[in-house]
Amino acid sequence: MLKDYMGIISLSEDESNIRSLTVHRPIASIPIFARYRVIDFILSNMKNAGITNVGIFTQTASRSLIDHIGTGKPWDMNRKNDGVFIFNRYLNAAVNSDIKLLKNNLEFLYRSKKNKVILASSYMVCNMDLEEIAYEHEKSDADVTVVYKKVENGDNMFLNCDSLNIDKDGRVTSVGRNLCLTDTANVSMDVFIMNKEFFIDCILRCIQDGGCDTIKQYIYANLKKFDVRAHEFKGYVGCINSVNSYYRVSMDILDYNVMNELLNTSKVYTKSNDSAPTKYLNGSEIVNSLVANGCVIKGTVKNSIISRGVVIEEGAEVINSIVFPKCVINKNVKLKNVILDKNVEIEEDKVLIGDKNYPVVIEKGSYVGI
Amino acid sequence: MPKKEIVAMILAGGQGSRLKILTRTNAKPAVPFGGKYRIIDFTLSNCSNSGIDTVGVLTQYQPLILHSHIGIGSAWDLDRRFGGVALLPPFESESGGNWYKGTADAIFQNISFIDYYDPEYVLILSGDHIYKMDYSKMLDYHKEKKADATIAVIEVPLKEASRFGIMNAEEDGKIYEFEEKPKKPKSTLASMGIYIFNWQKLRSYLREDEKDPESQRDFGKNIIPKMLEGGLKLYAYKFDGYWKDVGTVDSYWEAHMDLLDEQSGMDLNDSYWKVYTADYSYPPQYIGVDAEVKNSLVVEGCIIEGEVRNSVLSYGVKVAKNAKVVDSIIMNGTEIEEGAFVCRAIIGKGCKVRAGVHVGNCQDIVLIGDNKDIKENTKNE
Repeated sequence: MLKDYMGIISLSEDESNIRSLTVHRPIASIPIFARYRVIDFILSNMKNAGITNVGIFTQTASRSLIDHIGTGKPWDMNRKNDGVFIFNRYLNAAVNSDIKLLKNNLEFLYRSKKNKVILASSYMVCNMDLEEIAYEHEKSDADVTVVYKKVENGDNMFLNCDSLNIDKDGRVTSVGRNLCLTDTANVSMDVFIMNKEFFIDCILRCIQDGGCDTIKQYIYANLKKFDVRAHEFKGYVGCINSVNSYYRVSMDILDYNVMNELLNTSKVYTKSNDSAPTKYLNGSEIVNSLVANGCVIKGTVKNSIISRGVVIEEGAEVINSIVFPKCVINKNVKLKNVILDKNVEIEEDKVLIGDKNYPVVIEKGSYVGI
Repeated sequence: MPKKEIVAMILAGGQGSRLKILTRTNAKPAVPFGGKYRIIDFTLSNCSNSGIDTVGVLTQYQPLILHSHIGIGSAWDLDRRFGGVALLPPFESESGGNWYKGTADAIFQNISFIDYYDPEYVLILSGDHIYKMDYSKMLDYHKEKKADATIAVIEVPLKEASRFGIMNAEEDGKIYEFEEKPKKPKSTLASMGIYIFNWQKLRSYLREDEKDPESQRDFGKNIIPKMLEGGLKLYAYKFDGYWKDVGTVDSYWEAHMDLLDEQSGMDLNDSYWKVYTADYSYPPQYIGVDAEVKNSLVVEGCIIEGEVRNSVLSYGVKVAKNAKVVDSIIMNGTEIEEGAFVCRAIIGKGCKVRAGVHVGNCQDIVLIGDNKDIKENTKNE
């Protein structure tokens, strides 16, 4: 258990290619895999490694995130000592910069009794053993350990991620951006391990020197000065940085091996909703789908992900689609390659068909009808 | 001193021996129900949804699972600074220890718990019924009638009336006679075992009853008749929703089938009257490529690749390819392997029904305990 570690989750994440799902929320609180939110994965990874002190630094509209995290109880982080803290943006801060937000909340870092920091983002969805990586880091004497994933670039799944150039000793020599021009890339998972003192020093020097908006930029800009080592993660990683990648990662989970790895390697915790069991009525047909509690299903569902409290009426067909909580899909509706955001209702007999690379996204709370 | 208007006391100490192996190592109120619940969740959720925030749970028989399930009551919003849920098992005092000898004795022994909150009213409940009821409406009725005690009643078919405690009441609801399991019932208003008492009145009757060596220390058999004799004002409060005593294996199975019946009046999926329970954080349910799920309730963590009909599956149940589950209740973590066939069965948690094995003959209800490895065709344990 990582008793001497605190977690910092920086949500200064690039939302430019996932706007339609982040109008009302940060990437961190996009519903995913029927009953989770994106941030549940990194938070659960931290909880499972024994971390009890986490600061979440968020820049954009955070109502849904704050509602989801609450007191941190699902992750056992409603603690008297430590626990989870959310630091909101303040006026005039640049959305993609976390450095000022961190600087303004240095108090949080000073006050914590922990001496080491795991800095992470939410958009890299995985079930990761942080404990093992932290022990590696401690043995290595490196200033910083950064976790990466060796990816094939054929499917553009990790487009626009940071890619690390690593020498034979495992040191990071330079960092570029993955435009998928090479066959493979060492994509940074934005998980960094370092001493708290070092972390605080980086924040202060970054402001002193200028030129960097984020803490990771500062580390990458000083690779000659610091000893930054790369640690390879071998498991499944889903990168949520565009609507397209969100859709494809969601479909990946219908592969039983991916599902088992992501959801069962160690437990993934989320806010409970006290939904009733899902009711399948006579006439329902469900094939290869992930379904949350609280649904009432009378129609057909194929290769889809159905979140909590969704109603699918008779004769409706939902194919290759993702349905967010509390949507109502009325009689004889046909949906294919569609993402329905929360609380959407589709009137009877409507047909919506998207492309499998460019799914149709219906905005939160819409009524699709006359 | 702060005080509470009403304190609820849930009688949850009974064994429920007619549920056979379901209650061998578990109290009846803690028996799993409806896929993700335990029986007592319905009563606790009723309290929470009715705005009652002070609840004592009287436990006695095999309380381990019951105690850990209730915990500090946060699942029902009953973790409060003043009030909340309290687990009240029997205890020892200077004059020695005493088991709870009856429903009234259990309350008598906890007079000091109730006195601590100095309530106007006490609501007595049992922890083994499946129903949704707004107790605040019953309390309004109790106050409106200026009653000393109000007893919730439900209309039962005449031929079944002799199995219940029957209240004979006047037009306006005033009870003039109580008959415990009468051979020739005069009315069909059965007591639901739900009572609201004016606390001070109940308190004095409990003290009196404790001195009576003949008494069985039971609300139905002793306290209510004595109150009628004593000329107190007792009123019947008619409840017309779904209510089921799941005291036998048959009624337990029937109550599950009622959950699947749209017309039964028991809808778990009602966001205005949620049934709360402890949360276990399972992944969503996965329904596979060749699966067929009809008229069933399925909860998180289930992986279904075979056929499921008219059944209720609990957390993490696996139904493999070509396996078939019909008219059955499967508890958490049980695996039904390839080609197995389960029909009209109640299977406990953590069991394995091995490939090709048949459980049940589709006529009698088959009951299988926890953690069994079922390698041969089984009709009953």
